[in-house]
Amino acid sequence: MKKLRIILAFFLLAVLMPIKSQDSIPVWRLETFEKYLNRQTDTLYVINFWATWCGPCRKELPEFEKIHQNYASQKVKVLLVSLDFPNQLEKTLIPFIRTHHISAPVVLLNEPDADRWIDKVDPAWTGSLPATLFYRGKNRHFLEKELTYADINQLIINQLAD
Amino acid sequence: MKSLLLIASFLLTAALYAGEGYKVGDKAASFKLKNTDGKMIGLSDFQDAKGFVVVFTCNNCPYAKAYQDRLIEIDKQFKTKGYPVIAVNPNDPAVEPADSYEAMVTRAREKGYTFPYLFDEKQEVNKHYGATKTPHVFVLQKTNNGELIVKYIGAIDDNYQDANAVKTPYLKNALESLLGGTDPQPSSTKAIGCSVKVKPSQS
Repeated sequence: MKKLRIILAFFLLAVLMPIKSQDSIPVWRLETFEKYLNRQTDTLYVINFWATWCGPCRKELPEFEKIHQNYASQKVKVLLVSLDFPNQLEKTLIPFIRTHHISAPVVLLNEPDADRWIDKVDPAWTGSLPATLFYRGKNRHFLEKELTYADINQLIINQLAD
Repeated sequence: MKSLLLIASFLLTAALYAGEGYKVGDKAASFKLKNTDGKMIGLSDFQDAKGFVVVFTCNNCPYAKAYQDRLIEIDKQFKTKGYPVIAVNPNDPAVEPADSYEAMVTRAREKGYTFPYLFDEKQEVNKHYGATKTPHVFVLQKTNNGELIVKYIGAIDDNYQDANAVKTPYLKNALESLLGGTDPQPSSTKAIGCSVKVKPSQS
């Protein structure tokens, strides 16, 4: 009888696991990420680099969420690229996204040698967080600082008008 | 009059570049700051040094924390060869309380830092060097007439997540090059770090 209960418990766990993983966050390597940095379409990509441990990032994150919602019907795509440590994915990042009701897409970039990819985002980036890249086709605009909703909105308006 | 103009234009140029920080090849300023033992420590105190590993770092940033043990190891390895580590905390504790001087003292004691851990309270050293994040390394080499030349800027190695998985130890390679009489290649690298917390009036 006891054995049966254990088996049942394992069975339940196995059934419940996939439900949990629906809130999972994709972990990207450079190959996937690089493609996302160079899409030649008429969509404006707003790519924010952040981490849960970064104070100014946490402050501006809700603004990117608002942008994501307010531009849902337009060709504007927000992507939140987390630079949290991969071993903090389950413990810190996923709970943070849930608690703050972030619906904008989040990926974790697991590419420890930043020297290989920072310049691909923008050669002017020194590596501090937060940082945001706005790009549409060949038109790119990069900022290495904390942004307000008004800042982000203005940059989107400018770039859509270009 | 002409020399006055020259001086004026020189000062103007200097002022324009002041905010940008050092590039490889630039002459670096010496400095003297308060160490966690309460004493003032300056680069000029290291008469026998061939150069320095000046690293802007702090207590609180996870990327900085990831490198604390590695900096101790690098200091132990290269101090005897003439390149001691000089750690500088550039953050304003009013913005980041975990980076206060008191917290620095505690951290240095807990970790058993083998190198000075200096507090850049006025953020003037950082203004010259132009570190934008922690950790951010500047390797300086002393010339025969005592000038300090920036030879390497950037990352410590290529894996902040796992010291055992490092493939290219950028900083160690740079130091080995200098000890071997050649300039580091690459002379600058990039890494992710926490932004330097500047006093609100400066940002």
